[in-house]
Amino acid sequence: MSASARDRILDRLRAAPKRAVPDRPDWQPPIFGAEAKAKFRAMLEASHADVHDVGRADWPERLRTILANKGVDRVMHAPATAAGRQLAQAWTGPDAPTLVAYDRPVEEIKDVLVHDVQAAVTTARGGIAQTGSLVLWPDADEPRLMSLLPPIHVVLVEEGAIANSLAETMAAQGWAQGMPTNAVLVSGPSKTADIEQTLAYGVHGPKELIVLVIGAGENA
Amino acid sequence: MSAEPRTSDFGGKARIALNDPKLRANFRRAMDGLMTKRAAQFSDEEEWRSLRARGTAARARALAQLPELLERLEAKCIANGIQVHWAETTQEANAIVLGILEAAGAKRVIKGKSMVTEEMHLNAHLEAHGIEAVESDLGEYIIQLAGEAPSHIVMPCIHKNKAEIAELFADKIDGLAYTENVDELTAAARKALRGRFADADAGISGVNFAVAETGTLVLIENEGNGRLSTTLPPLHIAVTGIEKVLEKLEDVPPLLSLLPRSATGQPITTYVNMISSPRKPGEKDGPKAVHLVLLDSGRSRVHADTELADTLRCIRCAACMNHCPVYTRVGGHTYTFTYPGPIGKILTPQLEGLDCAGDQPHASTLCRACADVCPVQIPIPDLLVRLRTEAVNPSVAAGVKGGGSGKTWSETMGWAGWTLMYGSPLLYRLATRAMALLGNWLPASGPMLKEWTSIRTKPKFARKTLHQLAREKGFTHER
Repeated sequence: MSASARDRILDRLRAAPKRAVPDRPDWQPPIFGAEAKAKFRAMLEASHADVHDVGRADWPERLRTILANKGVDRVMHAPATAAGRQLAQAWTGPDAPTLVAYDRPVEEIKDVLVHDVQAAVTTARGGIAQTGSLVLWPDADEPRLMSLLPPIHVVLVEEGAIANSLAETMAAQGWAQGMPTNAVLVSGPSKTADIEQTLAYGVHGPKELIVLVIGAGENA
Repeated sequence: MSAEPRTSDFGGKARIALNDPKLRANFRRAMDGLMTKRAAQFSDEEEWRSLRARGTAARARALAQLPELLERLEAKCIANGIQVHWAETTQEANAIVLGILEAAGAKRVIKGKSMVTEEMHLNAHLEAHGIEAVESDLGEYIIQLAGEAPSHIVMPCIHKNKAEIAELFADKIDGLAYTENVDELTAAARKALRGRFADADAGISGVNFAVAETGTLVLIENEGNGRLSTTLPPLHIAVTGIEKVLEKLEDVPPLLSLLPRSATGQPITTYVNMISSPRKPGEKDGPKAVHLVLLDSGRSRVHADTELADTLRCIRCAACMNHCPVYTRVGGHTYTFTYPGPIGKILTPQLEGLDCAGDQPHASTLCRACADVCPVQIPIPDLLVRLRTEAVNPSVAAGVKGGGSGKTWSETMGWAGWTLMYGSPLLYRLATRAMALLGNWLPASGPMLKEWTSIRTKPKFARKTLHQLAREKGFTHER
């Protein structure tokens, strides 16, 4: 049934009168120059995200304090990533938060993900100043649901990876050459305005988004 | 909601809606807010002009190459591991979705917001076959609990106020006391739906843009329910109209800048979800199978007419309805079918036929507010006029469904008589003199005048015709 439906639909479309394919007219997405990071931060904060400037070496300590102030003691991390390893090394001692590794297929860890972690830490591939967006590029080491199910999502982003616009990011990173299973732009915590246009956060995804920006002047 | 009403009754429903002060207040408040927020986004006239031109070109390019791009999309998706299905009608699409679910043994489905599945009445179809489909977008969840249809394509429960939703939740959600606190209502929905996500055998979503170049499905949303529906269950079925295809990934940024800003005045939605394949070996989550259902349901017929095909450029932002003086007063349910407002008034008659939605192109003042705000420059008022014409004098080539169905014997005769009268000076003189003599004797409740005089005073006919008066003034130049 569906094979012939395909042919009939395509035949009807091909039978339509030919029309000219218009050119793409010039359009220049905004460029912020030295203000890019400030714009990125302002846009994210306007969307109810917490943004912190951190150092490459001390961000796990900073994060530990931030999360402790929120009473968070079960945090999911990606043990196979550099950030995940750094976190595991830094968070030691009897009063350190418990790290839960996302190291198995979701089928084996669903309950933990849905009910049993308060926060998750992921990296971002980049940032977009125009809209205050984080470019997430989940993979086998850093799965998709980390940025979605736990009530708090913590994202690490390099200041040097903040671009002006999505168009610039796509071109610079060569997205058209190959897209991953899933790529996501995140521009704040989950929200809704479906009830009388009143904003409410955390309707399905994270209630809080904490963004840690690793300064460009930092040494590796 | 389950059975599709076959004809619209705009006049009758509009009268009821106009006399419903609660509905009017709910829409007025919402629309005023959305218009203000959109205006703030596009305060830079030059930016709006160039962005809009680029977005329009992206959509126009896609439609000009539609069959080729659909084939490219299909090939790319298959190469990426996404299974592609084609449906000529909504019935076929329902059967395809049901078939996929049954083959997977799926009984519980969680849905992201999708207008195409509303068009298909998919939930009712699944329910009839023992599959429970739960809407997870908060607005859609609310109206599903209420057993209603969306009244707006972006904000589906805009017709309900807080108190109505509070009552509904208290009634339908176990253990929830009546509360008008929006945070508490939202939290209750989160709690009720969390388990549904975790237990779902499949997720069903719509698609905002399908990129042929990379085989990528782009979905935008604020809540995270769309991401959950397409990530947590082991099976994902995406359903879309065939017109949603884009040629290249580079066409996404301008449209992504136009859509949320036009829709809700947000610079971007919280989430932009780009799906290009099912879970790959080694990956720990994501559905193991992804299906894409491409639905025609009249769109290829719309595409055949070079003027009417502009309808298909639509990116479903709803700015046209937010700014429409008719929609904002009568609300979405008045339009009977899935797509309300100005875009609905041109889309519905073409999809469903002028014979069952022929009154919709007339539910407009042609004020052009919709055309002014449309981010992809669909000439909605021109298409409304075109469809009014098609309803009476169908052009053979266009083949608009139900074309000519609006033709009536009395109207045809009326215009024929009018033409005859205006073509003959003698007949014209006789007719106008007759009206001058007899017009004031016509009863206000007589045929033709009855409708007019129901809300207006009957006009007074002058005792002398304009020609007579002119001649008395000494004008003689009449050939």
